[in-house]
Amino acid sequence: MSADLAAMETDRKSRALRNRLFQIAMLSCMFVAFGTLVVLLADTIITGWPALSQQLLTGLPSTEPGEAGARPAILATLYLGLLVLFFSVPIGVLTAIYLEEYADRERWWNRAIEVNIQNLAAVPAIVYGILGLAFIVRGIGVGRVVLAGGLILTLVVLPTVVVSSREAIRAVPDSIRQGAFALGATKWQVVWRQVLPASIPGIATGSILALSRAVGETAPLIMVGAITYVAFNPTLFGPYTALPVQIYNWTKQPDADFQTLAAAAAIVLLVIVLSMNAVAIFLRNRYRKQW
Amino acid sequence: MASADVSVAQASTTALPRKRVRPGELAVQAVLFAAAVISVLTTVGIVLSLLLPALEFFGEVSPVDFFTGTTWAPLFLDAHFGVLPLVVGTLMISFWSSLVAFPLGVGVAIYLSEYAAPKATAFLKPILEILAAIPTVVLGYFALTFMTPFLRDQIGLQVEVFNALSASLVLGIMLIPTIATLSEDAMAAVPRDLRDGGYALGADKLQVSTRIVVPAAISGIIAAFVLGFSRAVGETMIVLIAAGQLAQITFDPRQTIETITAFIGATGNGDVPTGSIEYKTIFAVGLTLFVMTLVMNLVSIRLVRKYREVYE
Repeated sequence: MSADLAAMETDRKSRALRNRLFQIAMLSCMFVAFGTLVVLLADTIITGWPALSQQLLTGLPSTEPGEAGARPAILATLYLGLLVLFFSVPIGVLTAIYLEEYADRERWWNRAIEVNIQNLAAVPAIVYGILGLAFIVRGIGVGRVVLAGGLILTLVVLPTVVVSSREAIRAVPDSIRQGAFALGATKWQVVWRQVLPASIPGIATGSILALSRAVGETAPLIMVGAITYVAFNPTLFGPYTALPVQIYNWTKQPDADFQTLAAAAAIVLLVIVLSMNAVAIFLRNRYRKQW
Repeated sequence: MASADVSVAQASTTALPRKRVRPGELAVQAVLFAAAVISVLTTVGIVLSLLLPALEFFGEVSPVDFFTGTTWAPLFLDAHFGVLPLVVGTLMISFWSSLVAFPLGVGVAIYLSEYAAPKATAFLKPILEILAAIPTVVLGYFALTFMTPFLRDQIGLQVEVFNALSASLVLGIMLIPTIATLSEDAMAAVPRDLRDGGYALGADKLQVSTRIVVPAAISGIIAAFVLGFSRAVGETMIVLIAAGQLAQITFDPRQTIETITAFIGATGNGDVPTGSIEYKTIFAVGLTLFVMTLVMNLVSIRLVRKYREVYE
């Protein structure tokens, strides 16, 4: 009997030990994951801080690291962001409304549109760059201009906008729609005056997340010719370079001073992208509606 | 929506006046459908823009040489078009970054879902989601200027200036937030009853976490893995900046390599003359990449369907 008790006791102890070790292992995963990201942010800020000056924000690019600024790149990134908002939100939300409120799931073409969007979301951004290279820049002949970059980035983030808008629309309970129908509203009146207003927080969150992704995207812009050296303010139909592309170009320079500039520009980009993300996630958590 | 169809059907059976045709409503429907078609046109555009130049390319280079060749030197005078070095480079980067991201990501998810206080999870998860948005060009910069010197000077590894290892490590770090949040979503969806059932049978927290929660959430975790792997395959900036542009078949991650995406990024930005064989190479290689990620996505959709547990 006492032997059994002793066995149970050792079993209990080894169990407790295993549990303890597992918990510590899981906690270390947390520390490694968050720790590296904190190191990344800290390293970028420490390296880039000395070069983060008014010169960087308002100056023009230069072959002299001491005189180089990123104003054209920052402005172009701003334009690109506005273009992406202008195109992707209406197209994305209308697609989401179609799929959620109008499309008959029994029809093969509607299922095809759905699967298609799922697949588009998984296509690497650089492949959109190839699309841009083939069609927008060379095929149609818009050229290597801001508008072309904006259109390509729109396509990159469109699936994100569609998926998040669909989720927001789906979360609106059917009773709201039925109530509106019962009062004699037409289908579009129901969608426009009831469903859409109720899903705006979700749509806004998804749109801002998509926008922040577009603003930080580099690879497709390289492909559609965000050229390296632009010493003037960009226009919609003119050559341009975007902030992420500028960072890439400075990183490639052998001169260490340019790498410091790259870190400083990275701080600017991080502030823009991460604050947009923070706003989006705050919005989502604040306005998450319980029906 | 179903509700509208039902109301129409009822209207016709109870002999109310026929539903009035509203041109405005029809126009709205047409506009909505047109918006949805844009995404289909995007896919058609991608396929066409890849396929047409790629077909021209395969008219000049035999597909057998392309898919089985072990030398990649398309820009040299004595050009070779064997894509295997690029594929091996891509898979090696994806393998090592997955090795970093999968265990750490699931560990973070288990901690957040099973161990952390709900308030801590509510605070930490949004931070994780914000960190998931760090632009990849910044991560590439970090891999080149921090990770590589760190591996060389602090750890003492004989790494090249451009090497697969630091790119993989940073890419893995990039994937952790995505894998952790998706896995945590799946684990949070496992009903409490299952956990309580386990505890009632005398299981401890370790057993409940690894034998009940993880298996119950496995479809979501697998989907997160496939998504992570496919993002590693398609990621461009980190490998372009930190892994280099030397296409060679090697399984040593300390070496300089080249991935499919790095080749496209490095070649597509120059002024490669349209119609030249170099120009067409971009599309042949891009098609290879597109097919790889497409297959992975279809596999992921399959797996999720197969292993999905539905809880009410």
